[in-house]
Amino acid sequence: MSGTFTKSMARNIFYGGSVFFVLLFLALSFDTNRALPDRDNRQNITPLVAQGKMLWEVNNCIGCHSLLGEGAYYAPELGNVYTRFGGSKEAIKGFIAGRPKDGIPGRRSMPQFNFSDEELEALAEFLKYSSEINTANWPPNIQG
Amino acid sequence: MKYQSQAVAKPYFIAAIGLFVGQILFGLVMGMQYVVGDFLFPEIPFNVARMVHTNLLIVWLLFGFMGASYYLVPEESETELYSPKLALALFWIFLVAGALTIVGYLAVPYATLAEITGNELLPTMGREFLEQPTITKIGIVIVALGFLFNVAMTVLKGRKTSVSLILLLGLTGLALLFLFSFYNPVNLVKDKFYWWWVVHLWVEGVWELILGAILAFVLIKVTGVDREVIEKWLYVIIAMTLITGIIGTGHHYYWIGAPEYWQWWGSIFSALEPIPFFMMTVFAFNMVNRRRRNHPNKAATLWALGTAVMAFLGAGVWGFLHTLAPVNYYTHGTQITAAHGHMAFYGAYVMIVLTMISYAMPLIRGRNAANSNRSQVMEMWSFWLMTVSMVFITLFLTAAGVLQVWLQRYSDAPLGFMIVQEKIELFYWMREVAGVVFFIGLLLYVLHFFVGNREAEAQVS
Repeated sequence: MSGTFTKSMARNIFYGGSVFFVLLFLALSFDTNRALPDRDNRQNITPLVAQGKMLWEVNNCIGCHSLLGEGAYYAPELGNVYTRFGGSKEAIKGFIAGRPKDGIPGRRSMPQFNFSDEELEALAEFLKYSSEINTANWPPNIQG
Repeated sequence: MKYQSQAVAKPYFIAAIGLFVGQILFGLVMGMQYVVGDFLFPEIPFNVARMVHTNLLIVWLLFGFMGASYYLVPEESETELYSPKLALALFWIFLVAGALTIVGYLAVPYATLAEITGNELLPTMGREFLEQPTITKIGIVIVALGFLFNVAMTVLKGRKTSVSLILLLGLTGLALLFLFSFYNPVNLVKDKFYWWWVVHLWVEGVWELILGAILAFVLIKVTGVDREVIEKWLYVIIAMTLITGIIGTGHHYYWIGAPEYWQWWGSIFSALEPIPFFMMTVFAFNMVNRRRRNHPNKAATLWALGTAVMAFLGAGVWGFLHTLAPVNYYTHGTQITAAHGHMAFYGAYVMIVLTMISYAMPLIRGRNAANSNRSQVMEMWSFWLMTVSMVFITLFLTAAGVLQVWLQRYSDAPLGFMIVQEKIELFYWMREVAGVVFFIGLLLYVLHFFVGNREAEAQVS
């Protein structure tokens, strides 16, 4: 860098640029928050969905699965599992409840969490709610 | 070492390295679970191993950043640390809280941990990388505030350099943005939207300020190039970092329910994110080429150059690879992401902490400038073993990711997730082998602290 470009000029670019883009980011985030009600399926957030999300969190499901593509990549994507399972909450509940306690020899297996019927219903409701978020048509196909 | 209080960095560095070893051990466990699905099941399920792996990484990097700051700030400020006692007290608080959290992950089911730590009072657990119990999160905030206070008071009473100001800015941003980890709405889209304010704005924002400041400090020391020149570069680099990286957050907002204009904002700005990393590489090599002295600590110079190159490759190139929305539509949440994550974290943040340790530790341990030749040779072996094996881990995961995308997302007859996982198993095996080599490199790294200590210091040839 030549002598005409001084450190204080560089510093001004840093502070000016940072402030400008922080403000732009806040403006975009503000606009996003106004646009979200039409996309985020909030009308379907029931107490049961809230309980389902809480169960999702305290059992660290994200430690193996991804949800809307975020999380771990050890087990299938669950953002669209409701659709993948043919729009059946019963299928989801049956799968979770049916996991063998000691796993499957040589294979990956989901742990047995011993959920009650009510908890299974809450998880299924949460996954149904998640599948109805407008994700710009992601994932590309039913396999997630 | 110019100031006595800089020595407080030593326990921080030791703890960082110790936790690093733990992180890699659990990485090997996970790598094994990818191919032998029931490995250690149900004692250590994959999600627990992953939590330990990622949380140890975050905690040891934080130890590294804090140790680096305690070493760097007194020297830059030309004064003793404001309170070495506070620094030491916070060290023990952080270490015990961190250890208890990890023990909690391993000893009881996660749901039990949530229950006994009162998660329902302020639910923050169970989100990727932010799995820590709420009480641990509060502890992190307290430690961070005490640490910031200590460092800021030192800067205030001494000389104010651009390096220390930028470091302080980065650390303050780190602490402030972490507060968003306490915001966990039921609305999944909002949850995810603000979750990234911690995760993205950390690693592709304020952490890069910390990285830049530490790199600049080490380069000033080992090259003897005029501070004015180095600080000018530093400002330009971090300016580009924030100009591209803040709006670049948008590359996480494509498919989580946010408006679709983020596909444009995110693609354009995050496509520019490699620029500051490229500049960092040019910067590091330029400064070393224009050096006014030959520093006897060759290992530290190697780490500094390695950081610049690997950060560019991992964060810059591998980030760009899948950042454009039309590409990300297919790669989002696949092994491509894992490949990028591994090389970026290693190249940018692991290596900068090891750069600082490499430069500072000999001085803290009473050397004039550098370790003995024997110790440095071993350290440089560990550099190459870890760095090359990380390149291979990244390449194997990338290959796995490309196949996964093809088989599961792109072909005419997409296959199910688990079927695809079995088909790409070979690459997971190769990744695990590369991981073992990485671990051997890490063991050599630990060992280099114990060899050649009675031999004379390396001299400039």
